Amino acid sequence: MEPKLDAPVTLITGTRKGIGKFLAHHYAQQGHHVVGCSREAVDWALDGYEHYLADVSDESAVKDIFSAIRKKYRRVDHLINNAGIASMNHTILTPQSTVRKILSTNFVGTFLFCREAAKLMERHRYGRIVNLGTVAVPLRLEGEAIYAASKNAIVAFTQVLAREVADLGITCNVVGPTPIETDLIRSVPRQKIDRIVNSLAIRRLGKFEDVANVIDFFLKPESSYITGQVIYLGGV
Amino acid sequence: MNDKILALIIAAANDLNQKLENKIPIDRGVDAPLYGQEGVLDSLGLVSLLVSVEQSIEDQHHVKLTLADERAMSQKRSPFQTIGSLVEYVARLMRNGA
Repeated sequence: MEPKLDAPVTLITGTRKGIGKFLAHHYAQQGHHVVGCSREAVDWALDGYEHYLADVSDESAVKDIFSAIRKKYRRVDHLINNAGIASMNHTILTPQSTVRKILSTNFVGTFLFCREAAKLMERHRYGRIVNLGTVAVPLRLEGEAIYAASKNAIVAFTQVLAREVADLGITCNVVGPTPIETDLIRSVPRQKIDRIVNSLAIRRLGKFEDVANVIDFFLKPESSYITGQVIYLGGV
Repeated sequence: MNDKILALIIAAANDLNQKLENKIPIDRGVDAPLYGQEGVLDSLGLVSLLVSVEQSIEDQHHVKLTLADERAMSQKRSPFQTIGSLVEYVARLMRNGA
């Protein structure tokens, strides 16, 4: 079923798999116009969903996506910055190229999408931005220094941005998932995952639905008084 | 080209003026102060104007510009001090194919 003309426009980055793919389906099922992107093509299709090939840290590719959204819908209501990469490694063994790659995708990508989305949202004095963090920040997980630093940069950025765009009717918040069964943690040793899970108040892996639930809350029009907040899952 | 850019910026300023209490004195043309020491816009007003100019340039000239500059918020060196300095700045970006 195609979404209604006046249905919300929801842009999600990193939709090829994992949380992003789940969220694309979740919001398409709710009748949103969902726009997604990833570096590689998706191997699935969905009514009400359109996909763009883009590296989120490529400014010109990001501008092209927003230009297409503006021409088609004239607006974007929701932005979910989900695209992210991780690299498990001890800091002493981490090459500079890895640091640049992680910061580029996780932080610069988030910045570019927020900047361009805020321009479109400004026109309508309405917008909801949700950025993805991680429990690796509050748990100070060893082996994830660069990943956690890139996500903590997102937290600081989101909280300042929230103040800068509050008068434009735009809210900006962060959801910090626990480990979920995705490709991102597939390379992490089981023992380590068990240790993380055991340090949570609620001792289980996260589910996609847990992430979507927090994002649903942030996206609600009634959440207009909620901004600059970070919600971690699992009871960190 | 500068005339076209000027017309586009004046149109964007006119639109913005509908929402402003302290209006941009468009009748002063290129000398009309926007942002900085004599400027009438606060940072949000400047953002609104620049977003509108970016979108008009894309619609009318099919060029995707990013009107972002390290000196944007400088009181003395901002390229957004007057309508004239904004015209020059946009023209330069367009010449450089930004």
